[in-house]
Amino acid sequence: MIHFVLHDARDTVAVVVVEGVKAGMKLEGWVMDEDKSTSVTARQDIPIGHKVALKDMQPGDTVWKYGIDMGKVVAPIQAGEHAHVHNIKTKRW
Amino acid sequence: MYVISRDTTFLGYRRENGRVGVRNHVIILPLDDLSNAAAEAVAHNIKGAMAIPHPYGRLQFGADLELHFRTLIGTGCNPNVAAVVVIGIEDGWTRKVVDGIAATGKPVTGFGIEGHGDHETIMRASKAAREFVQWASEKQREVCGIAELWVSTKCGESDTTSGCGANPTVGNAFDKLYETGNTLVFGETSEITGGERIVAERCRTPEVKERFMFMFNRYQDMINRHKTSDLSDSQPTKGNIAGGLTTIEEKALGNIQKIGKKCLIDGVLDKAEMPTGPGLWFMDSSSAAAEMVTLCAASGYAVHFFPTGQGNVIGNPILPVIKICANPRTVRLMSEHIDVDSSGLLQREITLDQAGDRLLECMLRTANGRLTAAEALGHREFVLTRLYESA
Repeated sequence: MIHFVLHDARDTVAVVVVEGVKAGMKLEGWVMDEDKSTSVTARQDIPIGHKVALKDMQPGDTVWKYGIDMGKVVAPIQAGEHAHVHNIKTKRW
Repeated sequence: MYVISRDTTFLGYRRENGRVGVRNHVIILPLDDLSNAAAEAVAHNIKGAMAIPHPYGRLQFGADLELHFRTLIGTGCNPNVAAVVVIGIEDGWTRKVVDGIAATGKPVTGFGIEGHGDHETIMRASKAAREFVQWASEKQREVCGIAELWVSTKCGESDTTSGCGANPTVGNAFDKLYETGNTLVFGETSEITGGERIVAERCRTPEVKERFMFMFNRYQDMINRHKTSDLSDSQPTKGNIAGGLTTIEEKALGNIQKIGKKCLIDGVLDKAEMPTGPGLWFMDSSSAAAEMVTLCAASGYAVHFFPTGQGNVIGNPILPVIKICANPRTVRLMSEHIDVDSSGLLQREITLDQAGDRLLECMLRTANGRLTAAEALGHREFVLTRLYESA
């Protein structure tokens, strides 16, 4: 079962693609571009379509997805936590 | 072997100017808001005629007025339309739209309401519409080459599954359609923010790249001029955020998966401008679904690919909108809206090539006459883009 997918092996966040991800679950991931496997343990409940952090990040860090800059960290994030608007913001506008 | 090759054919309607449509609509097109009532009355009288009401067309001026005319004339010229009855409050601008559509050689006539009133206008327009509907009903589909099909794309209510599944499905289909010589378009200028360099690098020539960056920067300036916040409630939308998208950059990087991995951008179009040759075009446009799809129809596109994550329900009066979704929850909860289920991609149950082929198979069936979910559900969103206030 694939619980999350990421595009590029350098990505620091990944997308949860199943319903019912709960804190403490070991999640299996698929790196789409390289067709490789990876894993992370969820620290929080994460809804389908939302992102799980793959590494610890500090405010000011760049968030990587698709191997590209998708914004900046605004609150500390630990690997396995829910990564969304409460801890990531745009660098534009 | 993919679903399509250069030898693939479909059954379409060949119009007087050589363009090929996949629908045979007779439309009653109001010039302005005041003429909606008469247009709808005619469509009520004549079975098989379709009114396309909208709220604009009065006291517009300059580039905004030109876009209004270009959109209405382009809608009438679209090859999915067999014939057109235009109704306007006065004769002058009504005639302008009629003449613009008449250039295609298709049957078109117009009626001004002033000096006649609704009753007489509805009667005269109904007589014309009845003749057009009966004439159109004898049109036969004929065998057409795959390259004659113009295909547009724009996504909506995206979530993170759009960028992983539904949009790459469209990208795969676009890469294949590019090889078969089709005329393609994408747009959504603001929703490229964060991915603009990737798009710029895909432009075929420095001139195309320069024009793209001009359009992109112009849109950024407009947003910076009018914004009162970081747009975090508008772009991404509330629905996008509920679906897990966090920033405009993330949304844009997902969005541009729709142009695939191989095809190059051959040219840049202004809003509702008609492309002059095959290939992939970028159209400067709003990212609001109905505005963008209306502009694609006005540019002459005959089939639309619309990937969604959270479940946008949009359709268009004349352009069949095919919905693609890779979010298994949306596919389950909103199945009546989804034409192509790409959710298997995210569990590695199907390959990207298989997902793209499923979409192309659906495209061919749609082109041959099968109604899309949006058509069957009666979605006819027709939204004109405005550039600024009326005079």
